[in-house]
Amino acid sequence: MTLSLHQSSNSGVLELFGITKRFGNLVANDHIDLSLAEGEVLALLGENGAGKTTLMNIVFGHYVADAGRIEVRNKPLIAGSSEAAINAGIGMVHQHFTLADNLTVLENITLGRESLWSLRQKTSASRRKLLQISDKFGIRVNPDAIVGKLTIGEKQRVEILKALYADAHILILDEPTAVLTPQEVDGLFSTLRKLVKQGRSAVLISHKLEEIIRVSDRIAVLRRGKLVGTLPTSSINRDQLAEMMVGHEVVRPQSEPLPAGDIVLKLDRVSTRGTKGQSLSDITLEVCQHEIVGVAGVAGNGQDVLADLVSGSCIPTAGEAQLLGHPIAQLNPRSAVDAGVGRIPEDRHRKGVIGEMTVWENLVSENLRKPPFVRYKYVLNQKAARNYARTLIEQFDIRCSGPMAETRLLSGGNMQKLILARGLSRNPEFIVANQPSRGLDEGAIAYVHHQLLEARRLGAGILLISEDLDELLTLSDRIVVMFQGQLQHAPAIADLNITSIGLMMSGQKIA
Amino acid sequence: MIRFEPREKVPVWLAGGAPLLAIAAGLLLCSTLIMWANEPVLQAYGLLFKGALGSKFAITETLTRATPLILTGLAAAVAFRAKFWNIGAEGQFYFGALAVTWIGTGLFSLPPILMIPILFFAGAVAGGALLYVPVMLKTHLKVDEVVTTLLLNFIVLLFVSYLIEGPWKDPMSLGWPQAAPVIDEGVLPKLIDRTRLHLGFVIAVGTAVAVWLFMKMTVWGYEIRAVGYNAEGAAFAGISVNATVLRTAIISGGLAGLAGVSEVAGLKGYLTLDLSPGFGYAGIAVAMLAQLHPLGVIASAIFLSAIFVGADSMSRSTDVPSYIADVVTAVCLLLVLLSVMVAKFRIRVR
Repeated sequence: MTLSLHQSSNSGVLELFGITKRFGNLVANDHIDLSLAEGEVLALLGENGAGKTTLMNIVFGHYVADAGRIEVRNKPLIAGSSEAAINAGIGMVHQHFTLADNLTVLENITLGRESLWSLRQKTSASRRKLLQISDKFGIRVNPDAIVGKLTIGEKQRVEILKALYADAHILILDEPTAVLTPQEVDGLFSTLRKLVKQGRSAVLISHKLEEIIRVSDRIAVLRRGKLVGTLPTSSINRDQLAEMMVGHEVVRPQSEPLPAGDIVLKLDRVSTRGTKGQSLSDITLEVCQHEIVGVAGVAGNGQDVLADLVSGSCIPTAGEAQLLGHPIAQLNPRSAVDAGVGRIPEDRHRKGVIGEMTVWENLVSENLRKPPFVRYKYVLNQKAARNYARTLIEQFDIRCSGPMAETRLLSGGNMQKLILARGLSRNPEFIVANQPSRGLDEGAIAYVHHQLLEARRLGAGILLISEDLDELLTLSDRIVVMFQGQLQHAPAIADLNITSIGLMMSGQKIA
Repeated sequence: MIRFEPREKVPVWLAGGAPLLAIAAGLLLCSTLIMWANEPVLQAYGLLFKGALGSKFAITETLTRATPLILTGLAAAVAFRAKFWNIGAEGQFYFGALAVTWIGTGLFSLPPILMIPILFFAGAVAGGALLYVPVMLKTHLKVDEVVTTLLLNFIVLLFVSYLIEGPWKDPMSLGWPQAAPVIDEGVLPKLIDRTRLHLGFVIAVGTAVAVWLFMKMTVWGYEIRAVGYNAEGAAFAGISVNATVLRTAIISGGLAGLAGVSEVAGLKGYLTLDLSPGFGYAGIAVAMLAQLHPLGVIASAIFLSAIFVGADSMSRSTDVPSYIADVVTAVCLLLVLLSVMVAKFRIRVR
């Protein structure tokens, strides 16, 4: 008895021993030993595909490890059962929320917690418990609000409350900041600090270095399924961490000064009809050759309509809009591409590629009807298309088994390389890049930036829409800010910082 | 405990083997019904097999029955590939039959080498044209094509009924509601003497091969697949989704129309209201069973037709009613769909 007590004071609340998981030939987790201490935030850092989420899914019982075991407070955890994990006090906040949009906050939180056989919901008791938890940790959400109407930050708080309501002492958060604004990230981190101060523990999965350094006590770095090392956060800086994560030094490329050339995009007092609650009103903007114009703004303020407009998918209702000498009103996606527009869409899975089709089919999708990919006007020249695909796969370093690989099996970074290859290999004169590095790891981001800067050097005018302010400040020659469908031109880059852009993003005018 | 883990890639032996295994399981499952009818299972299945494939005549009967199923199966396979849910192949089938009746019963007369292609062409145009309105309603007003194409079937059937009871009624038919027979130049020649197997079968198989090449090799085929998999992505790549849907629908309706031509000009000789025992609907089962693969449609149409022809023959010499064919078809279809799903996973029992 005394022996086990002694042990528990020494070891962590959650311990992983030699966890190994294979998917086919891929070793997602390779003999990973990890220990989470009471009252700490452990960050699990690694590039996309390093095995972070797989590891935590094993802990939470979504997967069963091929080898290894897990102990929670020195008791073995039954593998492959989420119920056992929840009963052992583990709570998981998934990257994609698992909430029912049509139910209230309280209903979502008590969902599955009550017996199916009880006729009455014990609403008042559960409400009391929820308010208690919400007080204790300072997580404020209206219990009667309909979840579908909450902001993304609020939904995340509901997820955390849900885990705490189930008495989770170990909280696993999978990429929690990916969808949050900077202010919401601050809120989340202060909640996390409060949780660990009260003796709870948290595992934070992320690939964002700055955030991890800010919030964690210890950092475990995973690379290609292997644990590279575990270090106290205080002992390491950003660059060392990046090197550990990627395996070699990563330098994000910097922009070189170039004189701007002729105008490629000219919008003069342009407005559009609303689509999905977004529209543009009275927008004036010019983009020249050799120039990257950054568009900042909180998501949903009209950036997607702007991207649609300049890629020929949307027609202006008022104003002058000229793209590479063509009136935009006369363009459609195909003719825009023919005119020399390169497009990097925001949602690569839904818009950028057709996942069920092969890599070569996706690589030629934009110039399907042009020789040499078509013969006799309507017959595909598969051989030419595959050869073309082979060249691009090599040139853009798309990691896949070949032109015949199914596109949906590619990782996010490689899918983005495919889209870059398709859009940039024909040396477009104008490029619209909407969130080009969202969800990518450090290596892939550096790659995307390098490609955009190279296109700029070759003479393209680029409209870069991004929510990553660091990215905008490094790459852009000029920055404009969107707020409720209107554009505000920001002062010169040299006079800008993240705070002033943040203010403009919330609609304040800056002279 | 049983766990399902998704496979990265389904091996070929499994993709092909699973449906076959499912069909075997379906037959096994249906044997309980035969036992229930107090008939020896093996003997009943033996009779079914013999009735479908046991003699030269049986085989020709099976292939004859498979002919319209191949064409309506292709109609569903093409449409479903673009996620255009054409449930109206039955109506398009009858429109094809109407076209051949209108042109083929004496409007003009040409030698068979010209007459037969003209009849098939007219049937395809008629079947395809029938889908024009549902497509316009879908692309312009977002009206669900499942509803419009399905309801159109009943409208077409009533229209056919009106024509053959009224203006098109054959005065020589002794009062039966049927149209005048197709002139001799338009009748499809028999492939084998003293059987019912006709040229339509060759045309159906040829059409399946053509559709396969079309889907695989042409720009339009590429666009149909792209729109079906991901319409938003296709639109982004510069493919006109509305034009592709219209094209798909017209091809699909045209294929169903060919089936109507083949049945009138090849088998019955004249248009009646019982021309199709639900070939249009059965085409959906054929296409699903073939997993929408045009060449697979040939095999699955022959399989379904063998079950139907065999069951007819079995019911004549046993106490098992021929409705067993519907049960076998339904059970096999469900199990095949299930097997295709399950094949995508690795099953671990612990």
